[in-house]
Amino acid sequence: MPTTERKKEMYNENINTAYPLILVRGLTKTYVNEDIETPALRDASFSVEAGEFAAIMGPSGSGKSTLLHLLGFLDRHTSGEYRFDGKTIDDYSPDEIARLRNKKMGFVFQAFNLLPRTTVLENVKLPLLYSGTKEKEWDGLARAAIESVGLSHRIMHESSQLSGGEKQRVAIARALVNDPLIIFADEPTGNLDTRSGMAVIEILQWLNNEGRTIVLITHETELAECAKRIIIMRDGKIESDSPVGNRRKAADHFSK
Amino acid sequence: MTLKYSLKTALKGIQVNKSRASLTILGIVIGVTAIMLVMALGEGAHQLILGQIQGLGSKTIFIAPGRQPTGPSDFAQVFSDALKERDLALLERKTNVPNATRVLPIVFGGETILYGSETHRATIFGSSEPIAAVFDVSPAEGVFFTDDDVRGRAEVAVIGSKVKKELFGDSDAVGEKVKIKGRNFKVIGVLSPKGQASLFDFDDAAFIPYTAAQQYIFGIKYFHRFVVEADSEDAVPQTVLDIEATLRESHNITGTQKNDFFMETQTDMIERLGVVTNVLTLFLGSVAAISLIVGGIGIMNIMLVSVTERTREIGLRKAVGATNKDILYQFLLEAMALTATGGAIGIALGAVLSFITAIVLSNVIAMEWKFTFPISAALLGVGVSAAVGLVFGLYPARQASRKSPIEALRYE
Ligand SMILES: Nc1ncnc2c1ncn2[C@@H]1O[C@H](COP(=O)(O)OP(=O)(O)O)[C@@H](O)[C@H]1O
Ligand SMILES: [Mg+2]
Repeated sequence: MPTTERKKEMYNENINTAYPLILVRGLTKTYVNEDIETPALRDASFSVEAGEFAAIMGPSGSGKSTLLHLLGFLDRHTSGEYRFDGKTIDDYSPDEIARLRNKKMGFVFQAFNLLPRTTVLENVKLPLLYSGTKEKEWDGLARAAIESVGLSHRIMHESSQLSGGEKQRVAIARALVNDPLIIFADEPTGNLDTRSGMAVIEILQWLNNEGRTIVLITHETELAECAKRIIIMRDGKIESDSPVGNRRKAADHFSK
Repeated sequence: MTLKYSLKTALKGIQVNKSRASLTILGIVIGVTAIMLVMALGEGAHQLILGQIQGLGSKTIFIAPGRQPTGPSDFAQVFSDALKERDLALLERKTNVPNATRVLPIVFGGETILYGSETHRATIFGSSEPIAAVFDVSPAEGVFFTDDDVRGRAEVAVIGSKVKKELFGDSDAVGEKVKIKGRNFKVIGVLSPKGQASLFDFDDAAFIPYTAAQQYIFGIKYFHRFVVEADSEDAVPQTVLDIEATLRESHNITGTQKNDFFMETQTDMIERLGVVTNVLTLFLGSVAAISLIVGGIGIMNIMLVSVTERTREIGLRKAVGATNKDILYQFLLEAMALTATGGAIGIALGAVLSFITAIVLSNVIAMEWKFTFPISAALLGVGVSAAVGLVFGLYPARQASRKSPIEALRYE
């Protein structure tokens, strides 16, 4: 399991140490649809160091997803500055951005977004298809990622045959398979019951312990307190940003 | 992404909606089937007529009066009286046309032949004795007429097997008298059946000395055709020149004046046939190609629907690292896989249908219609259908590749 054995220091070697992994300064996003302007993110500033586990909280419509899209280079900001690993979106060509998402970022979505009628193994392999990794290594990497989320016994199941919690664990394995620096998770527990939600958070917590940076969106305080830091948003603005004093350990359902 | 995986992804995309995919490719299947059929039938017809022309012999030169018809309506000159008895004598002279081994005069026309109460309409050929050798016909019973019969304007006839059957049934024909244009002709021979192996149906014909035919049947003093046989295939071009010179002199045609006769060799006919069948095949082929375009539009339509339906899949692929090009190729390959599958089915279907048609045609027209698998049409079918996929898949694929990845994240 290459992902679990990696240590914090190894990540630090890979990245630009002059900048935090994520640097946000006065970041603003305004959607424009048919001349109607929707300010979704206003003047946000913060940074996330490598190895952090930050939770973003806030009511629905407060701009959490908008912020995450900007952080993942999935969308372009209106004004302000955002640097990932020291570089802005304009430092990259579209193909380089695709490569960056493929190699350094992992995404987990609320809706799982697994391919239908496709096995767990093939779903987890998906990022490898676009990675330039040799094809003969795909199977091993995908299996290792699946094992790290505890789903080896479901490897040949189709995604539709899985429970919600299992689906989200497949999505996490998919996010992990290219060994990214950071995992962005947008309400990964939003469609899950408390128990499976906890199992998902526990995996994230464990990944963080292994040295991976995690940005987690949730609106459940209980889950957010599993992170090391909580950023609270309201109406597109960052309302507060504080470390978690009394950090929770996700319930011990999962580790054996 | 590797080509193997791109193809796998494309095929998977198709499999997800099999019934829609099969309906979608129907247009392509029909188009390619039609192209295959047209080309196979065109080739079959070409081979058939080619066989008939070759049945006339590669050393034979046909001389007809008038000008070479330039189009199907250009019949005006055909029945002119340019070819005379005098010309026949000149052509037979070795000093004029040294390579001519045989020179045949021919008069012909459809006439009714009577025997007792039986009547039958057949083609009457008036010629000289060597016609039997030139056209490779021989009497199964009796004899062919001779030069003496020609000189003596003998009222004798050698009839084809079909004429014999129609007039005489199973009873003997040789020695009997038949009536043509009110004159009695004695049947001296019955030809062995030949089948329609050449342009003329010799089974449904009667041969008589040209002298008798000119005098008693057609009432003319000229000829409809001369047929000259050269001593070898290589001598044909020179013989054509010799004939032209001889006839021009005989007809007092000088300088830039046009000939009042024209010649055709087997090579000419094959060339002309090639032009005709090519034009015909091309024309019918393009009609079939139109259905391919219609099929292509169907593909484009369904691909656009598919792109919309799979917005989230596209967004997800982009989120995990697919470039715009990766997405473009995925959908392009999917469209091309669809049309290529349609093309392959069309080729198989077209081959089967043209094979069946060949069998049916052989029976209906009682000719040997050869089935040839049109490899060129098959290749064309595959190529064209893949091209259709490329052309009509490009627009939907571009739409797909331009989708924003955040659409996948938006939860519906
Ligand atoms: N593509 C878009 N076009 C216009 N408005 C949008 C778009 N996406 C989000 N918004 C708006 O931006 C605001 C923030 O949305 P979002 O970031 O999704 O909030 P959250 O994830 O916190 O629920 C909302 O008012 C939402 O309606
Ligand atoms: Mg959201």
